[in-house]
Amino acid sequence: MIHAVDLSVRLGGREVLHRVGLDMPRGEWLAIIGPNGAGKSTLLKTVLGVVGHHRGEVVIDGRPGRELKPRERARLLAYAPQTPALPPDMTVFDYALLGRTPYISYLGRESRRDREITGGVLARLGLGGFAARKVGELSGGERQRVVLARALAQQAPVLLLDEPTTALDLGHQQQVLELVDRLRTDDGLTVITTLHDLTLAGQYADTLLLLSGGRAVARGAPPEVLTGDLVGKHFDAHVMIEPGPGGRPVVHLVRGGT
Amino acid sequence: MLADQVTGTATGQDPVAVAKPARARPLWLAGALVVLAAAMIAGMLGGAAEISPWQVVVQVADWLPFVSADAGLAPVEQGLLYELRLPRVLLAAVVGGLLAMAGAGYQGVFRNPLADPYLLGAAAGAGLMTTVAVVLLPGSALTIPVAAFAGAVGGVLLAYVLGSTTGRSGGTATLVLAGVAVTSFLSAVQTFVQQLGVEELRRIYAWILGDVGGGWEQVRMVLPYAALAVMVLIVHGRMLDVLAVGDEEAEALGVRAARVRLVVLLAASLATASAVAVSGLIGFVGIVVPHVVRRLAGASYRSVLPLSLIGGAAFLVLADLIARTVIAPAELPIGVVTMFVGAPFFVAVLRMTRGTAT
Repeated sequence: MIHAVDLSVRLGGREVLHRVGLDMPRGEWLAIIGPNGAGKSTLLKTVLGVVGHHRGEVVIDGRPGRELKPRERARLLAYAPQTPALPPDMTVFDYALLGRTPYISYLGRESRRDREITGGVLARLGLGGFAARKVGELSGGERQRVVLARALAQQAPVLLLDEPTTALDLGHQQQVLELVDRLRTDDGLTVITTLHDLTLAGQYADTLLLLSGGRAVARGAPPEVLTGDLVGKHFDAHVMIEPGPGGRPVVHLVRGGT
Repeated sequence: MLADQVTGTATGQDPVAVAKPARARPLWLAGALVVLAAAMIAGMLGGAAEISPWQVVVQVADWLPFVSADAGLAPVEQGLLYELRLPRVLLAAVVGGLLAMAGAGYQGVFRNPLADPYLLGAAAGAGLMTTVAVVLLPGSALTIPVAAFAGAVGGVLLAYVLGSTTGRSGGTATLVLAGVAVTSFLSAVQTFVQQLGVEELRRIYAWILGDVGGGWEQVRMVLPYAALAVMVLIVHGRMLDVLAVGDEEAEALGVRAARVRLVVLLAASLATASAVAVSGLIGFVGIVVPHVVRRLAGASYRSVLPLSLIGGAAFLVLADLIARTVIAPAELPIGVVTMFVGAPFFVAVLRMTRGTAT
């Protein structure tokens, strides 16, 4: 579904991504992990095509990314940023409706079908009662779901989520990730997330990609990547890793490290 | 797949699917048009007590093609209405609408509530060129409207070129800073030129404080540009709503943010330049009207743009009415009225709608 070769990005004279590749089958969930500044978000944005100059090639659903027009690309890739700009006065419905933008011509307007799809997505995410609420009045967890609703309204087969659990409490983190997992299995979505929380990444993703200093230093199933050696070395942290449910590792921070 | 499931849930009696569209509600548009019509009739009356509002309505109807009506007005009164009042009211309406709409456009493009039509150097450029025309080239082919128009366009282009060549990735912050720099620089040059001809100071200041008494000639001059700018801006309402989520997300939704911004900026700057050319530098309309509209009718640019056009027109017609009646037979500069009346009005609206918006 997503195939990328040798992605390299320089920002401000510094190489933030160095020859990273991706090869994801349809329906896979990939979590990009790594310390701050490792290039996780940059990799996500490079796949998305909003990083100005990059080397290497991204192929989405068999089509070279460079040849895709912005609207075509937006029908293939839906994106939810780490800190989305939510216009406070916009209603939840109108915000989610923005996800239909790739299907509306430049000077056109939303069709009845666009409105129905948006309404359906909101209902599906349990946001039906929120449609008329203003985005600025929502709590953190509600906001995250509204942003997800906008991304789903795009009806793209690939979902790119940059830190979808940031600023959420434990329960809401679980809620959002369970939701993404359900959408993935129900709709066959291919999901790429960046995640800070290694345990969460290990619980939900099929494959982990560990970035460090802009390079892909490890990739594979969670137990292969979440090892004391790799995590300790690249995060410069003292951790204890236990096998968790379903063979998915749980990462604990241990006091007195570094 | 997702499409089937989603439409499947929505084809029934889904309460979410019937949410109202974001475009301007007909009721608001109708209300705004009524206010504008009332303002224009008041503007036509202007102080001559012997003409009744009804006579004005009948007389205006008589001027329309295919309509014949007798308002019972003397030829002198008809001439007064047609040659003086009507063009004045129309010019005020056009200029007010243009400035308010341009302000809304700038606020959308810069995602900044403090943006006004003069942000990118239009005012300073127009001021400089007008001063040059008055002081250095009096009596030449460079008339004030032409000079002001050229100056406004030049100021904006200068700021845009500076902002987009020095900025990192075409962000809006650099553009605003370039506008500030251009404004300061051109204002300094303007002051210098002005000092070369202090005897013309009165004329320059009269222009700066605004005047919509230019007559039919200026109405005709401004209309083509006004029509073009208004059309381009109106159709970009939805795009400005998309830009509200930020450049990166707009790009992710398949919108070329930089291109939309450029088109809207060009149209808003054309609106500003044509307004400035025929009326001078009338402040406050471009910032206060879009905000009042937002407070009352919601923040979507699909309603903010058309309602700003109508509201700005009504506001400036009334401001002009006050300007020429309050110390009659003398006249106040209209820019003084927009600020003197507009500021308390703005505060009142802010208080009234407290808690309903940002």
